[in-house]
Amino acid sequence: MHQTLEPIMAEQPFLKGLDAEHLQLLVGCASNVRYEAGQYLLRESEEANQFYIIRHGRVAIEVYTPNRGPIVIETLGEGDVLGWSWLVPPYNWRFDARAIELTRAIVLDGKCLRGKCEQDYQLGYELLSRFLQIIERRLQATRLQLLDVYKD
Amino acid sequence: MKTDIGTAGPGRQTEPTLDDPILPRMFQVRRIFSETADSFSCELQPSDGEVMHFSPGQFNMLYVFGVGEIPISISGNPDKPKLLVHTIRSVGPASKAIRRLKRGDLIGVRGPYGTGWPVKGAEGNDVVIVAGGIGLAPLRPLIYRVLAEREKYGRVALLVGARTPGDILFQRQLERWRGRLDIDVLVTVDKAPRSWRGNVGVVTSLIPKIRFDPATTTAFVCGPEVMMRFTAMELEVRGVPTSNLHFSLERNMKCGIGLCGHCQLGPYFICKDGPVLGLDKIKKLMALREI
Repeated sequence: MHQTLEPIMAEQPFLKGLDAEHLQLLVGCASNVRYEAGQYLLRESEEANQFYIIRHGRVAIEVYTPNRGPIVIETLGEGDVLGWSWLVPPYNWRFDARAIELTRAIVLDGKCLRGKCEQDYQLGYELLSRFLQIIERRLQATRLQLLDVYKD
Repeated sequence: MKTDIGTAGPGRQTEPTLDDPILPRMFQVRRIFSETADSFSCELQPSDGEVMHFSPGQFNMLYVFGVGEIPISISGNPDKPKLLVHTIRSVGPASKAIRRLKRGDLIGVRGPYGTGWPVKGAEGNDVVIVAGGIGLAPLRPLIYRVLAEREKYGRVALLVGARTPGDILFQRQLERWRGRLDIDVLVTVDKAPRSWRGNVGVVTSLIPKIRFDPATTTAFVCGPEVMMRFTAMELEVRGVPTSNLHFSLERNMKCGIGLCGHCQLGPYFICKDGPVLGLDKIKKLMALREI
């Protein structure tokens, strides 16, 4: 029997409070994915056509530097959202994302969602305002990280 | 000699006197050992055999003869006062001189001074403890006390932030605490090599990962002031009352007893009215660049 992702998605903090119609639209663009430890969810410069809601496990966001190799910038875990490059032209990933441990996630087709957002501005607003909160939180965190507060 | 302890703050009465508050007691070094590349712990025993009782969050003035005196929070177990433990970062002449002391060497100790963490006031509440860098040291006595009386509190979470995996204090102890079923221990670092399997990100990013009831939560925070400000913002946004947020502040302390005024922050002397102060008292002062 085919089980819908709707109840699982409705429980995700990122989607909480979304009205039923919009949730249905998102369910239509969503599927379950699983990554073993060490597997990449996405690679820098590749086309960004999706985003992930992590259900279990942990993911490292990495950037590769020629002299120092891959550096972990941030780790994400259960309930976190990974990826917003699908919202911003030229729709390419800016970092690598690698599963640190067995990770299960819901992947949403960003290309499909971009089209739906163009047709339904209310959905677009709902999604963008949720992403904006994540972006704001991570920007604040990055600023704090840049201060290197534990150095002195 | 009797000396009046100075007062700060409007309307405050003169406080009881202490005997020779400036005279250090002699302690012998029992053991000094590294905690991280630039920090170490120092175990002391009183030369006169009289143990020093203290409250979690209090500090001592440690005097290296011929070098100088520095304020250092007590990092040991308040219920095992026979051994006086301080955890220190080697940054200046006095702290580096302490690092060079050997077993049996003498050191002067004045204290314990200052206000402690309001542990009693947190009874019945969920407890969130947030430590950044060396800030875990003044919080450790509080953690010992909370765990010793675990039944008195609701959920307990310890969030620890450090610069790199190698800078995490008390790693073995953190692992032991993490093994307990009655405390959530989460650790994160700002920077990490790929071999690190733990969290990377600022300590505030751990707050959404723990469960607590904001309205009945007491938070204890110690670390760099910027980190404490960001932590307070995150906890307040989640609904923790400002009056339940407690910080341990660091200022340039000299006398340790509210006489000299070196550590004054607005109406407060951090050495005497602090180092632990409620955010409701200091929120506006922390935003002032002039002080």
